Amino acid sequence: MLLKLESRAEPSRAMRYASPLLAVVLTLLGGLLVFSALGKDPVEGFKVFFLNPVRDLDGIAELLLKATPLMLISVGLAVGFRASIWNIGAEGQFLVGALAGGGLALAFPDSQSPLLLPAMLVAGAAGGAAWAAIPAFLRTRFNANEILVSLMLVYVAQLLLSWLVHGPWMDPDGFNFPQTRQFQDSALLPALIEGTRLNAAFMVALGALLAGYVFMNRSFLGYKMRVAGEAGDAARYAGFSARATVWIGLLAGGAMAGVAGVSEVAGPVGQITEFVGSGYGFAAIIVAFVGRLHPVGILFASLLMSLLYIGGEQAQQYLNLPSSISKVFQGMLLFFLLASDVFINYRLRWTARRAVRPAAVPAAAQ
Amino acid sequence: METHLFTAILFATIVAATPLVIVALGELVTEKAGVLNLGAEGMMAVGAIAAFATAHHSGSPWLGMLAGIGAGVALSLLFGVLTLTFMANQVASGLALAIFGVGLSGFIGKPYESVALPTVPALPIPLLADLPLIGPALFQQQPLVYLSWALFALVSWFLYRSRAGLVLRALGESPSSAHAIGYPVIAIRYLATAFGGAMAGLGGAFLSVCYTPMWVEGMVAGRGWIALALVVFATWRPLRVMVGAYLFGGVMISQMFVQGSGLHIEVPTQLLSALPYLATVAVLVVISRNPKLIRLNSPISLGQPYRPDA
Repeated sequence: MLLKLESRAEPSRAMRYASPLLAVVLTLLGGLLVFSALGKDPVEGFKVFFLNPVRDLDGIAELLLKATPLMLISVGLAVGFRASIWNIGAEGQFLVGALAGGGLALAFPDSQSPLLLPAMLVAGAAGGAAWAAIPAFLRTRFNANEILVSLMLVYVAQLLLSWLVHGPWMDPDGFNFPQTRQFQDSALLPALIEGTRLNAAFMVALGALLAGYVFMNRSFLGYKMRVAGEAGDAARYAGFSARATVWIGLLAGGAMAGVAGVSEVAGPVGQITEFVGSGYGFAAIIVAFVGRLHPVGILFASLLMSLLYIGGEQAQQYLNLPSSISKVFQGMLLFFLLASDVFINYRLRWTARRAVRPAAVPAAAQ
Repeated sequence: METHLFTAILFATIVAATPLVIVALGELVTEKAGVLNLGAEGMMAVGAIAAFATAHHSGSPWLGMLAGIGAGVALSLLFGVLTLTFMANQVASGLALAIFGVGLSGFIGKPYESVALPTVPALPIPLLADLPLIGPALFQQQPLVYLSWALFALVSWFLYRSRAGLVLRALGESPSSAHAIGYPVIAIRYLATAFGGAMAGLGGAFLSVCYTPMWVEGMVAGRGWIALALVVFATWRPLRVMVGAYLFGGVMISQMFVQGSGLHIEVPTQLLSALPYLATVAVLVVISRNPKLIRLNSPISLGQPYRPDA
């Protein structure tokens, strides 16, 4: 008896939707194993990690707060990913967006204008898009691989941020901490629920998901991008511009990552610090995949990833585990998803004997 | 004085280039078999912490390096299961591996953050080490530096002079033909992937055990990605991988010498630190602007899943 993968006549729609759920279940089981391996009571660990974060309103507000940048970034990335444009540099675009938007708040310290916040969001989007325009330009003009270029720019953006907060933008009254001064109230996103940190950026993110849905599933341009991703030759034959696909794919991701950057510095952080990044740009890649590159999926996947982040913080506090355990779970989730996706196109079959290799020509091998 | 500086720069360049040489040669073999594993950064990170922890507990840097290799192989097999057995998208799986590996290394490494290891002693080669100027730079190095040269010779010989290498290359070009004449495509791809993982793990181990004998989260700092870029620059040829890695080593250490040279250049340190990344972008652009060069040299089946009995 041998377990064998067999092609399905056509991809299973049911598995397409079941596979993320399967991945979640497997990640939870994997989590139990990890907790026991670390010598923690798995049930206790499970409670702290997955239930503690959402037991009251404050917890739920925090969950939505952390999900906000993930929703923003991954819906932008999904536009590119659908067209096989692999923007891996969202983390850098996030940082440059935070610098552009936050820089505006620093440039007008006395401004009480109600236009300041919208202007910061626009500046953030422009900053992120500008950073993403570099790989887009190098890809369309010189054919340089956008994965590697966008990724290299993450490190450059981190160094740019580090230079600014250690140098020209450092708060003179900040006891030499690498951070800017606190933003004035008019540059801070208003709270959505009084008494919690959840702010208006969450609504912006929901708007972005809706816009993403309309663009990807209801517009002709979005359709062209999808064709370009699934069948490049067909798209070329139909006269769709490969250049436009690259530009739109990268700029959408960059702009959204930039807005997410502003939502961090003008939201929970309230200033620019050296540690504003926290890996959202990379986590959003996982979110985009787990969410099936679909805005509704991305909404749920963002909430799940946000839960993993907060669970990690809880695990640090109550279980004495490093908070980076979140990243282990996040990675595990993506692995399980990639693995369960095989069942979309294949089914498992028990076969009685080993498959015979077709038409081996031993003579030719000699 | 002048001569001292030259020797010092050459020495530091070689040391900085060594992990890139090791990792990029490993990835080269993987890619020649048609497998695109973008997870080098993650495999290096996990290799680095596995090596560090093992060296710390056992007191032996050599056991540490073996552990680094083992960790790299383990992760690459995970990638292999996903992409070779389950036919998952190689780009997505590689990214997943990179993100996961970096996260996992941070998790495992937490307790080791303030620990230091003893330096691995250099191994001077008799006679050669006494050569003026280049002797101390080339032949008073750590054993892994010599190993990287041996690896270069081995990979070059294997790919272009051995029958197994011929099979490997043929399989990267046309897996279905290789399968038709009876070669086990998937098994060979597993081996090539595992070799790439072993080298990435060893490259990471070099960083945490030899280069800076300590562990800091994020210490791989993009070297895995630079190694991937090197394979592209090199248009999939070992000699050019070697040359590219040394050029990069030079860029990486240039900041130290600008700062230490007393040249009083008013440049922010961050700008100098950004140089290797900017250089990677610049070289990628120069190489890629000739798409024919890339298309003619990259293994044809690179990144495409293969299913023998489909």
